Amino acid sequence: MKKYKDLLAVNDVSFTIEEGEMFGFLGPNGAGKTTIMRMIQCVSPLTSGSLEIFGLDAMSHQREIKSHIGVVPQENNLDMDFTVYENLLVFSRYFDIPRGEAERRATELLEFVHLEDKRDTMTESLSGGMKRRLILARALINRPKMLILDEPTVGLDPQARHLIWDKLRSLKKQGVTVVLTSHYLDEVEKLCDRLVVMDYGKILVEGSPSQVIETYVGSGIVEAENNPELIECLQRKEASYEIIGDLVHIYTDNPKQIAEYLTMECSLSKLTARPATLEDVFLKLTGRRLRE
Amino acid sequence: MRISEYFRIPTVSSKSYTVWQRNKDVFMKDIKLNFLPPFIEPLLYLAALGFGLGRFIENIDGVPYANFIAPALIAISVMYASFFECSYGSYVRMYYQKTFDAIIATPVTIEDVIAGELLWGATRSMINAAVMVPVIALFGLIDISYALLIIPFAFLGGLLFGAIGMCFTAVTPNIMAINYPVLLFITPMFLFSGTFFPLNTLPPLVQYFAIAFLPLTHIVNGIRLIGYGTLEPVLLFDLAWITVVCAILLVVSINMMKKRLII
Repeated sequence: MKKYKDLLAVNDVSFTIEEGEMFGFLGPNGAGKTTIMRMIQCVSPLTSGSLEIFGLDAMSHQREIKSHIGVVPQENNLDMDFTVYENLLVFSRYFDIPRGEAERRATELLEFVHLEDKRDTMTESLSGGMKRRLILARALINRPKMLILDEPTVGLDPQARHLIWDKLRSLKKQGVTVVLTSHYLDEVEKLCDRLVVMDYGKILVEGSPSQVIETYVGSGIVEAENNPELIECLQRKEASYEIIGDLVHIYTDNPKQIAEYLTMECSLSKLTARPATLEDVFLKLTGRRLRE
Repeated sequence: MRISEYFRIPTVSSKSYTVWQRNKDVFMKDIKLNFLPPFIEPLLYLAALGFGLGRFIENIDGVPYANFIAPALIAISVMYASFFECSYGSYVRMYYQKTFDAIIATPVTIEDVIAGELLWGATRSMINAAVMVPVIALFGLIDISYALLIIPFAFLGGLLFGAIGMCFTAVTPNIMAINYPVLLFITPMFLFSGTFFPLNTLPPLVQYFAIAFLPLTHIVNGIRLIGYGTLEPVLLFDLAWITVVCAILLVVSINMMKKRLII
């Protein structure tokens, strides 16, 4: 549990992340994702409860745990006083990596994130995507066992996002445990082995993306225009549906059947059937109200 | 946080050296520019006050006016260097550049970070003193027999003012608010700590206040005694005052910053 003065940021949360898996935390702004990330990084102490990382207690073994973790924070915090290459070297000193080894790793990592041409550029003048890639490289300088990414692709163009995804997959292949938060639900659906959806400091669901979709909305969705006739028709069929403004979402495992039923019995024509996504689960669980 | 927790001795490791190194590397990037102020400023003050205004001033305690203010100029530079480094400088690194956030994601703890910042602030003071001493000695304004002692003394003074600056950094709501301690604390000290006229010309009550509460008084007095080449026992009192207050404020400033940053 994590309590600020009068705000319960994380409440009664319990989760286990397996070694080598890619694990996602989803939830609207203010759900408590970043707080959990900061707790795993050992920079935000727990108010109560327990947290073990690599079998070590997070409250008493901070230094050891942190030496095996790589962090990509939500906000860019590269050292603007240094060049790209210097950023990696200066950072390596915090881990007590010997100079020669640090230079080797820095060169290697710049290649890994395709920044070798920017080696001597000041970090200020990098584009958003390049900054993100450099932060990823920096997070890998200590060869972490676990990589924590808080919104790793926020504000990036599709090319840069795909590159980051690609790198994360290859890290996973090397056995690195990857923990991430994201607002891009397609990203989590594609990347993560397992995920949790959080809201108001609590975990609402846990499972693999396909499991979660199956359980909470079914495999398919039929979208139809909202009118009284349709609602009546759906109620007769006892279908699971939700009204969203002018639209009605019908949750089903068999979209074709529902679509056919609606066209035949209720003589509706404007229907779209599509596979359900994490976004549907997310909105169903956390509601459509805007968050701050 | 209870009051007593502010006085708990923090655990600082040798990792604070890596934070010191980081700041030193940034400093070295602009080394020419960074060396200029401690070189030029005393020359300007000496020209205007020492040799200009000084011509209208009789000797002070048997010492020409330029010789009287020369050690004070070093003391003022010691104060400014570490106070500004650990207030505006640290605040920018903490709040705008997020440097501290990045560092505490590594095995370096927040206590190490702040200790590194304080050590760096003190180093800046020492560098300034090390540049100014030969410049002032060249004008024959200080006795060179003990002059090198000014440099370690400046480091100690730098730690003290660094800790003071860090306490304000820990509570300031924004960067503009650091102007308050500068205006209400640093500037009065600059003028009323026996810098440009002897303390004993002030009313006794003000004198006692200055000796009890204005740190610069002790730095000025210490550097002046060393600079005159007269190591009187009163120097021990100044040293003791600085050491005690410095030790307390170092502990308090680290705990205050910890409170601000660990949430």
